Amino acid sequence: MSVIAVLILFSIMVAGGFLGAFMWAVKSGQYDDKFTPSIRMLFDDKEQSVLKENKNTTLE
Amino acid sequence: MLILPKDTSKPFFQKQFFMAQTKEMISDKALICYHCGEICPSDSIHNEEKIFCCEGCKIVYEILNEKKLCNYYALNSSPGKSQKTEHLKNKYEYLDNDELVKKILDFSDGKISTVTFFIPQIHCSSCIWLLENLFKIDSSFLQSRVNFVEKKLSVSFQSNKISLKQVVETLAFIGYEPQISFEDVEKKSQSYVEKKLYYKVGLAGFGFGNIMLLSFPEYLSIDVSSQSLRATFSYVIFLLSLPLFFYCGSEYFISAFKGLRKKFVNIDVPLSIGIFALFVKSSYEIFVNSNPGYMDSLAGLIFFLLLGKIFQNKTYYMLNFERNYKSFFPISVTVKKSGEEKSIPLHQLKIGERVVVRNGELIPADSILFSGEGNIDYSFVTGESFPVEKVAGELIYAGGRQVGSSIELEVLKEVSQSYLTQLWNNFQIKKSEDFSFTGVANSFSKYFTFAVLFIAVAAYLFWMNRDMNIAINAFITVLIVACPCAISMSTPFTLGNTLRIFGKNDFYVKNIRVLEEMAKVDTVVWDKTGTLTEAGQTKINFEGEALSDEETVWVKSLVQNSNHPLSKKIYASLVAPGILKVDNFIEISGKGIQCEILGHKLKIGGVSFFDLQNENEFDELKSGEFSSAVSSEVYVSIDGKIRGKFKIQNKYREEAATVIEQIQRKYDAFLLSGDNETERLYLLKFFTNEANVIFRQSPIDKLNFIKKLQAEKKKVLMLGDGLNDSGALAKSNVGISVSEDILSFTPASDAILNAKMLKKLPTFLNFTTSSLKIIYVSFVISMLYNLVGFYYAVQGLLSPLVSAILMPLSSISIVIFTTIITTFFAKRKGLL
Repeated sequence: MSVIAVLILFSIMVAGGFLGAFMWAVKSGQYDDKFTPSIRMLFDDKEQSVLKENKNTTLE
Repeated sequence: MLILPKDTSKPFFQKQFFMAQTKEMISDKALICYHCGEICPSDSIHNEEKIFCCEGCKIVYEILNEKKLCNYYALNSSPGKSQKTEHLKNKYEYLDNDELVKKILDFSDGKISTVTFFIPQIHCSSCIWLLENLFKIDSSFLQSRVNFVEKKLSVSFQSNKISLKQVVETLAFIGYEPQISFEDVEKKSQSYVEKKLYYKVGLAGFGFGNIMLLSFPEYLSIDVSSQSLRATFSYVIFLLSLPLFFYCGSEYFISAFKGLRKKFVNIDVPLSIGIFALFVKSSYEIFVNSNPGYMDSLAGLIFFLLLGKIFQNKTYYMLNFERNYKSFFPISVTVKKSGEEKSIPLHQLKIGERVVVRNGELIPADSILFSGEGNIDYSFVTGESFPVEKVAGELIYAGGRQVGSSIELEVLKEVSQSYLTQLWNNFQIKKSEDFSFTGVANSFSKYFTFAVLFIAVAAYLFWMNRDMNIAINAFITVLIVACPCAISMSTPFTLGNTLRIFGKNDFYVKNIRVLEEMAKVDTVVWDKTGTLTEAGQTKINFEGEALSDEETVWVKSLVQNSNHPLSKKIYASLVAPGILKVDNFIEISGKGIQCEILGHKLKIGGVSFFDLQNENEFDELKSGEFSSAVSSEVYVSIDGKIRGKFKIQNKYREEAATVIEQIQRKYDAFLLSGDNETERLYLLKFFTNEANVIFRQSPIDKLNFIKKLQAEKKKVLMLGDGLNDSGALAKSNVGISVSEDILSFTPASDAILNAKMLKKLPTFLNFTTSSLKIIYVSFVISMLYNLVGFYYAVQGLLSPLVSAILMPLSSISIVIFTTIITTFFAKRKGLL
C-alpha cells in the first residue's frame, strides 16, 4: 500500500506545478487586464505579414 | 503637424459635451463624418466619396489611409474622436524638459524607452487596433499595448530616433491625446495589493482541494488498512495547512489584533478565534490521534473568505476618486523671465514670477493679471459655463481656464497655497478607510463574540465534572462552529453585487463602505450650478421692450462680429432672415460692442458699458467672485435707448424637479448655491422648506454648512460637481460628484454619478437600504446554521464530517442567497 504514499506525493507535486503556473501568471501581469486580450484576438491580421518585415528591418 | 481649427475661442470641453449630445441624436438622413460620426455641417468636406466634418478628421483619415490602417474604420463605423477640438500650440513644450521626461518614462536605456499613458478617448475595438499598430505610422514605435479597462496605453519606442514629445504629439494628432498630469510624475505602486490577494486565493484553493482529497478516506470511513498510511495522510494535510494558516489567514489575525488594541471587537475577532481553534484542535488530532481533524473545514473557510474579498474589491480602474489638485493642474507652466519664455515644472513656480497663460490653459496659482484680456472660464471650479472677464490689475483665482488671447500673470501665492487648492488639501484627510471598524457585521460582532464565549464556557463547565475530555472537546468545537464566516461573507457579496449593479447604471461607488454610509443618510445637500443645471446648456431670454424683426437682424449682425462667448450664444439664439453689413464696429474688451447699421447706433454689453449706473435694475448685478450673474445679462441699446437685456441662464435638468420632490419625501433636502438670489423664486418651487435654499455660499461656507449639519448628528449626502464643492464633498458622509463625462476631471469624492442618471438617485438610495436589509436577513440565516452547529458542539459531538459539511454549506448558501436576492430587487427597481 506504500505505493499510495508515493502516488500522493506525485499528485501533490503535479498540483503544486499548477499552483506555480498560476502564481507565475499573476506575477507576469496576466490578471492585470482581463478584457483587452478578448478583443485583441479577434483582429484580422492579414496585413500583418507586411508589417513584420517592416518591423524587422527597423530593428536591425 | 498640428491642426488649428477654424474656431478657436470655445473651450474644448464644451465641445466634447456637445459631441456627446449630437452623437445620440444622429438620424439616418444626416451627413455623418466618416471619421468621428458627428453630423456634418452643410459645408462638409468630401474626399473619395467619404464625408468629413472638418479638415482635422480628413487629415487623420488621409494619414491612416496612406499607412494602410483603414482597418480602423472597418472594425467600427466612425470610431474617431472629433478633430475640431483645438490643438494648442506649444502645449507639449514641457516634454523637452529632461527631468520631467525621466519621471514620466517607465523605463529607458538610452535607445529604447517605455512609457504608459492614460488616454480617456479609448472607447472601442478600433481604438485598440489602431493604438497597437502605431508602428505602422512611424517605424520608431516598437510595440504598443492597450489596457482597455484602465484606458491605458504602454508604448515602447526608439528614443534615439523619436522624442517623448513627438510620441505624445503623434498620439494627439491621430486623436488619442494622452492625459499627462502631475500625478503621473509622482508614480505610485498600484496593483500590488490585488496581486497579493490573487496569490492568497490561489494558494488557499490549492490547499482546500488537496486537503479535501486527502480527507476522503475519513469521510467515507474507508478502513485504512495500515495505520501508518493514515498517519502519512494526516501529516501531508498538516503540511498543506501551514501556508493556509500562516499566510492566507494572517490578515484576519492582524485585523483582529488591531481592533482589540483599539478596544474594538470587530468581526475578525470571532473569525480569528474560530480559525485558531480549528487549527489547534486539528493539529492535536493529527499528532496525537493520527487523524486529519478539521483541517478541511479550515481550508474551505479561508478559501471562501478570500473569495469574498476578491468579490467586494470591484474597482473602477479608469476612474479616480482621489483626484487632488495635482491631477487637475498642468505639470508645467510657461514663465517669462527677462523677455524670454521658458517652460518650468509647476512645483518650481515661485511667488512673484511672471506666467504666460495661453488660450485654453489653466491659471496655475492665485495671481494678478498683469497684461492682456482676461476671460476666465471657471466651469471646472463652479460648474458655471460663462467666462468671467478680468482686466489688468485684478486678482485671478487658480483653477480657471483662459479663453481667448494669451495673458500674463504675476503669481501671488504658491500653487499649493492658492485659495482652492488649500481648501482641497485641508480636507483630504477624512473618513478612515479601514474596513475593520465600520460596517454592520463589525457593529454586531461584539455581542456575537461574547455570546459565543459564554456558550463555550457554559458547555465546558457543564461537562467539567462529568468528563474532562468531552468538556475540552465541547469548548473548542463551540468556538469552531461559531466561526462567523457566513456572516462576514454576507456583506462583501451583497454590497459587492450592489456596487456592480450601480456601476451598470453609470453610478460608480468607490467601495462597499460608501454603500453602508449611504444607507444611513438622512440629509441630502444639493449644489445648484452644474448639478441641478445642465453644464454647457443655456437658455436665453430677452427681457424688455420686444425687438422688431428688423431690429433683431441688426442685433444679430452686430453680435456676429464678436468672438465673445456670450455674443456667440446670443447669435445662435436669434432667428433672423439675414445679416447686414455693420459700420464703425468697436469691441471694448470686458465691456461690450457697438456699431452702426443703416445709420442706427447699436450698443450691446454689460452694465459698465452704459452710463446708467443709478438705474434699479443694475443693482442686482453685484455679486461674488465665483458668481456668474454679471456676465449672464447683456443689455441692448438702440439709438441711445435701452431696449432691454438678454438673460442667459443655465438650463435646469428636466428631471431636477421630480428628483428633488422624491428625495424630500424621505430626506431633509438643502440647496447651497454660490450664486446670488435671482433664481430663488424659481427654486422655491422645488424645495418645500424655504429656509433650506441658501444662496451666496463660498466654498468655505459650503464646507462649514456640512460641518454644522454633522454637528447636529445628521448623516449628510452631498451632490456637487465643481472644485468649489470639493471641501464639502470630502467632509460630507457621502460625497457624490455629478459629471456629464465620468472620465473627465471630477473633484475627490466617494462616488461619481453620470449626470444623465441623476433621476435614478432616489432608486439608488432606496436600493442601498434594501441591500442592508438583505444583509440582516442573511445574518439570521447564518445564525440558524450556527445554532445547528451549537447543538452538536455543546454535546461534544461535532465530528469533522459534520463540520466539513456544515461550514461550506452555510457559506455557499449565503453567497447564493445574497446574490440572487440583490439581483431580483435590482430587476424589480429597474436597475438591471
